[in-house]
Amino acid sequence: MTEEIIIAGFGGQGVLSMGKILAYSGIMQDQEVSWMPSYGPEMRGGTANVTVIVSDERISSPILTIFDTAIILNQQSMDKFEKSVKPGGLLLYDPNGITRHPARKDIKIYQIEGARLSAEMGNTKIFNMVILGAYMQVKPIVLLENVIRGLKKSLPERYHKLIPLNEDAIRLGMKNVTETVPA
Amino acid sequence: MGELKLMKGNEALAEAAIRAGADAYFGYPITPQSEVIEYLMAEKPHERTGMVVLQAESEVAAINMVYGAAGAGKKVITSSSSPGISLKQEGISYIAGAELPCVYANVVRGGPGLGTIQPSQADYFQSTKGGGHGDYKQIVLAPASVQEMADFVKDGFELAFKYRMPVLILSDGVIGQMMEKVDLFDPIPRLTDEEIVAKYPWATTGKKNGTERRIITSLDLDSLKMEEHNKHLQAKYREVEANEVRYELINCEDAEYVFVAYGSSARIAQKATELARKKGIKAGIFRLITLFPFPTKQMQDLCKKGVKGFLAVEMSAGQMVEDVRLSVSGCAKVEHFGRFGGIVHTPEEVLRAMEQKIIGG
Repeated sequence: MTEEIIIAGFGGQGVLSMGKILAYSGIMQDQEVSWMPSYGPEMRGGTANVTVIVSDERISSPILTIFDTAIILNQQSMDKFEKSVKPGGLLLYDPNGITRHPARKDIKIYQIEGARLSAEMGNTKIFNMVILGAYMQVKPIVLLENVIRGLKKSLPERYHKLIPLNEDAIRLGMKNVTETVPA
Repeated sequence: MGELKLMKGNEALAEAAIRAGADAYFGYPITPQSEVIEYLMAEKPHERTGMVVLQAESEVAAINMVYGAAGAGKKVITSSSSPGISLKQEGISYIAGAELPCVYANVVRGGPGLGTIQPSQADYFQSTKGGGHGDYKQIVLAPASVQEMADFVKDGFELAFKYRMPVLILSDGVIGQMMEKVDLFDPIPRLTDEEIVAKYPWATTGKKNGTERRIITSLDLDSLKMEEHNKHLQAKYREVEANEVRYELINCEDAEYVFVAYGSSARIAQKATELARKKGIKAGIFRLITLFPFPTKQMQDLCKKGVKGFLAVEMSAGQMVEDVRLSVSGCAKVEHFGRFGGIVHTPEEVLRAMEQKIIGG
């Protein structure tokens, strides 16, 4: 199994840390992982993206142009990465702020209202975990228990009290993801 | 097995310096390498091992601090990215001339000049053909993973002290910035001052130890003596060439077409090989691990086994390809492909170049 993922959105949405949690969860499952961010001026206030690969085998290129899964969190990233999903692949997006919805018919498309749901939970900082939950529901590459183990291992002790909140956000995302079909 | 962590290449290099028992890191921040000094400052290694971490006022100051500490027999390391490495070249030439051990890392970005902060491999000539002035060489290790960013610090110190010469870890913005799983080696204790005195008869450890006067210099106004010194250096470099070549062959058993690459380009070429094999093209990779010494004989041997062509893949306008041509020496076709100026080539582009320049060309 090799899963090649691009996560793309605005700087500040937690794109990079979501990728890191995914990578850490892969390590917890004894898998190979890579995490390659876009870095540089484009990250400051502009778009941010990260390529994450989780695999049972040694990972070759950490930099890719086509992906099994694209997780898209703003319009610029939709314009850039909708076409980068492999035929038969998966596109997961938050419709908040999206004016041109994905139109491809050869891939599976899912929506998650991460911005709305995290605002309703009263904490927009857990937005990325809602998105992660939605992804885990439609493509269970990493198990919830391994995400939690990864968080415990990667977060300093003083933040461990926030883990239950993150777990709730993941479950919320899992429950609310819906498949959509382009018109 | 040591400790398993998810780390950036730059962080792995920094942690490895502490674990390798380094006495000091002197550096100056520059993208895409700044995480090295950031990690070291946050980690406070002086509390863990007594290692000194110091942000110098410039790259020139940092390399001269390395020169001084290395002269005292200390295990010392610095790092920078391309423009900063250019500034260090005078010091590196002096360290090579004075036959001192040190490890330094270049997390290469696009040039020339200040260039760009994005990844590049355009410092190959600087790394392998001199860089600073004079007839000197340095051992160049090219990591292609976060794991190797850590391991090559340990290996680098061993080689640097074995041959008393600078060892360069030639990385790039991809390997420095990416995160991967890394199995960290167990810490090696720093040497005590007494151990340094006992172990390194060349080090300037002070007359109080009852030893005779030791002089560390790269200067000799007697040209005949300087020629002798140069002959000695060259003999050492031949010994390094005979003993320290490192490389990896991937999918080369039946390969007709071979990508030659190092660092992040080797990873991309590996993906291109996967794509090629799916199309029925018998592709393989000759991954360089040491750039000096260059695996000349090993490449020739592979060529004689029936390789029809080599494609040198590097993020430069064509530098390593010259050494590939010299090694293959007409036995098979050699071409170059690479994006440059901060653009990273894609696996698809790399495969297309093999098809157009080598297979169809």
